[in-house]
Amino acid sequence: MATIDIHVHTEVHHHDDHEEHDHHGNFWTSYIFCQDHKVIAKQFLITGMAWALIGGVLSVIFRLQLGFPDAKLEWLRPLLGGWLTSDGKIDPEFYLALVTMHGTIMVFFVLTAGLSGTFSNFLIPLQVGARDMASGFMNMLSYWFFFLSSAVMFTSLFISTGPAGGGWTVYPPLSALPQAVQGSGLGMTLWLVSMALFIVSTLLGGINYITTIINMRTQGMSFTRLPLTIWAFFFTAIIGLLSFPVLFGAALLLIFDRSFGTSFYLSDIYIAGEALPHVGGSPILFQHLFWFLGHPEVYIVLLPALGITSEIIATNSRKPIFGYKAMVGSMLFITILSFVVWAHHMFVTGMNPFLGSIFTLLTLIIAVPSAVKIFNYVTTLWKGNIKFTSAMMFSIGLVSFFLTGGITGLFLGNSAVDIQLHDTYFVVAHFHLVMGSASFFGMIAGIYHWFPKMFGRMMDERLGSIHFWMTFVGVYLVFFPMHYIGIAGFPRRYYSWTNFETFSSFADLNMLVSIAAIVTLSAQFIFLFNFFYSIFRGRLASANPWDSNTIEWTTPRHPKHGNWPGDIPTVYRWPYDYSKPGAKEDYIPQTIPYSETPESNLPHENELIKLEMGNTGAIVIDEKKH
Amino acid sequence: MAKGSKKINWNSIMEKSVRSEMKIVEEPKKPIAMHPKKFAMWLFMASVMMLFASLTSAYIVRQAEGNWLYFELPLLFYYTTAIIAVSSVTMQVAYFAAKKDNTGVVKIMVLITSVLGVLFLIGQVKGWGEMARQGVHFVGNPSGSFVIAISFVHGLHIISAVVFLLIVLNSAIRLRIHSKNMAQMEMCTTYWHFLGALWIYLFIFFLINR
Ligand code: HEM
Ligand SMILES: [Cu+2]
Repeated sequence: MATIDIHVHTEVHHHDDHEEHDHHGNFWTSYIFCQDHKVIAKQFLITGMAWALIGGVLSVIFRLQLGFPDAKLEWLRPLLGGWLTSDGKIDPEFYLALVTMHGTIMVFFVLTAGLSGTFSNFLIPLQVGARDMASGFMNMLSYWFFFLSSAVMFTSLFISTGPAGGGWTVYPPLSALPQAVQGSGLGMTLWLVSMALFIVSTLLGGINYITTIINMRTQGMSFTRLPLTIWAFFFTAIIGLLSFPVLFGAALLLIFDRSFGTSFYLSDIYIAGEALPHVGGSPILFQHLFWFLGHPEVYIVLLPALGITSEIIATNSRKPIFGYKAMVGSMLFITILSFVVWAHHMFVTGMNPFLGSIFTLLTLIIAVPSAVKIFNYVTTLWKGNIKFTSAMMFSIGLVSFFLTGGITGLFLGNSAVDIQLHDTYFVVAHFHLVMGSASFFGMIAGIYHWFPKMFGRMMDERLGSIHFWMTFVGVYLVFFPMHYIGIAGFPRRYYSWTNFETFSSFADLNMLVSIAAIVTLSAQFIFLFNFFYSIFRGRLASANPWDSNTIEWTTPRHPKHGNWPGDIPTVYRWPYDYSKPGAKEDYIPQTIPYSETPESNLPHENELIKLEMGNTGAIVIDEKKH
Repeated sequence: MAKGSKKINWNSIMEKSVRSEMKIVEEPKKPIAMHPKKFAMWLFMASVMMLFASLTSAYIVRQAEGNWLYFELPLLFYYTTAIIAVSSVTMQVAYFAAKKDNTGVVKIMVLITSVLGVLFLIGQVKGWGEMARQGVHFVGNPSGSFVIAISFVHGLHIISAVVFLLIVLNSAIRLRIHSKNMAQMEMCTTYWHFLGALWIYLFIFFLINR
């Protein structure tokens, strides 16, 4: 116990001594192979933003095809080259590759690495009160594995047979047989290599996050005093640690099938009338393995966003978070449930209907903790002294998407209803709202909120608000109509619907969606401008611009490696003492002891003063060493 | 307790009023706190567990679908199982020796453990050969593919553990392992036992589910 902590102190003091030296270090050690969690967080952020831009542009390209099926896209030839057919249309196989890359990039590279990588890295040491991650070296490796994985995936966009084309879920046999589509050749191989590297990166990161949260908290930072952000990152890392190895197993067997001729997933396949040698495998097996990761993955994407927005909403409502324990409890419950619902993605694989009912039941139970979270968000906002900062607006946007997208989850979770809706645009609408947009908004909210801590300057609030309204309205215009298109039966991953008479009445709606997508994407450039401009020219940030309680705001404006110049602050209270009756200000940072706030203490908190004074007997004296 | 900190009584400080010179901090409440690296090691093992849990459950799911080739496990697998069990014993002996600062024994036992690890690997590869002579190849009915794939992935982990053993051996030679510096030794021992137990689990699993 205490021993460990002191040990850390000694080590870190050491570190401080080396710091001067670090600073005279060259460009490579300070910016590239840096082990400071704050720098690594920024590396994840910038890489994630680059990927988001690529993923967004890909979606607009395929939306052009869906919204304007007759348009001539000759003007895109400089970008797409041979992927346009001779009459200026997108090649159908390339369409599939675009969708696949868009999904893979958004889910894994933007909302897993970009979101968890950025905010877990940045906030965990700063909010639990640690000098750095448990292992700075592993943390650095985590980023560089992600970078390698990105480089491989990026390369696959430019090879002549194109990137993987079997959907982000890479179901065999499509993904296992190079003869199936062009994208199942080299593109698929690169996809698998890239994802293997990605999994290594995620595991390195996750192990570090959990270890840091459990072992490196500062004095007084008990579990019940952790900000909800940290709880969310903690659960996210646990889910990742338990589910990514399963994807690794699934991918490994797929690699064996593809490259060594085994038949784990393949059986009885005829191509051009000839039987393939593979017999005895089962493609459904892959789906089980994939979705055992795949469903928890949606929570890997969503939980950090929920944590970030809980923090932002409490801060900007100037109210304690409603139901802190319920928030933690529901996240824990979601974490557990996320491992036992995977087969709701497989209702139409011919599974036993009884099993289907069990998975329906388990799936619908997730609605309970989710509803608890929404309720708590709303009650935190209720009668709050709300400050509509950009971060706050994006957080409220998340609550809205989480609700509208979550409701359609109840439809899809029913095995009987899903038979009609499966693989239609209804599903696309559902997961874009609840997972895509909600998490994306959480990430943007986090950037607006912690930008001052990251770069010491403020982002422009007016541009932020324009960015919010365009994106918020845009997202609903893009994804809401997709529900109707889906209920009408339009399947996802279809290149064209013009051949089906039934769908011609949806041409206008599809056009509207595509225009909205273009506008939404354009709005992101306002954000990019705001981001990069503010890094250099933004208004200088004060130490604690949002009057927040958490301890990252007690660091200097530009924290060095080691975060606090002196000792790490001790924590005396939970992070949500906003507008406490009797208090002088509407916030009391976690570092203020109860003994200094007699005017606002509750009876049981007065008891705690004795603890602060160390009356329990032994206390630890930490002698200063410089 | 590490240097630079001592436990003293609050009242006595108050009396001596040295409060201003020292920073007084609350006794940290840390429900679980471990050596961070050891803790990370346990987390790593949890993820390895999940990898094998996924592969063995894939095995069961696939087996339940029928068209499953029954075959005898290679005789060599019984020997390799014995080897890995013995290597756990030698590893534990090395660990106890390190605790007693008996570096000579540590070196010999870690070396023996590494050799046993290599023998295990050779045995596994020859075992696949034995399967091939029975007509069970990597390519073919998934029942054989699974056994080979799973033992192959396990073997990769054993290779990583042998590398770890060699690192420990190197530290032992440089006298960096002793009763006051056990972290590396403990981690290596845990990992080795873990992989041994994992193989025994896998072996029994193969025996039961054929
Ligand atoms: C500009 C914003 C976006 C637009 C316009 C957009 C549009 C689309 C459309 C129309 C599809 C379905 C294509 C088809 O099935 O034929 C799709 C697929 C997908 N999108 Fe998005 N999307 C956007 C942002 C996101 C975000 C933020 C995520 C993050 C979760 C995401 C994740 C996915 C996934 C996982 C798929 C499925 C890919 C597959 O079928 O393999 N998208 N997107
Ligand atoms: Cu799911």
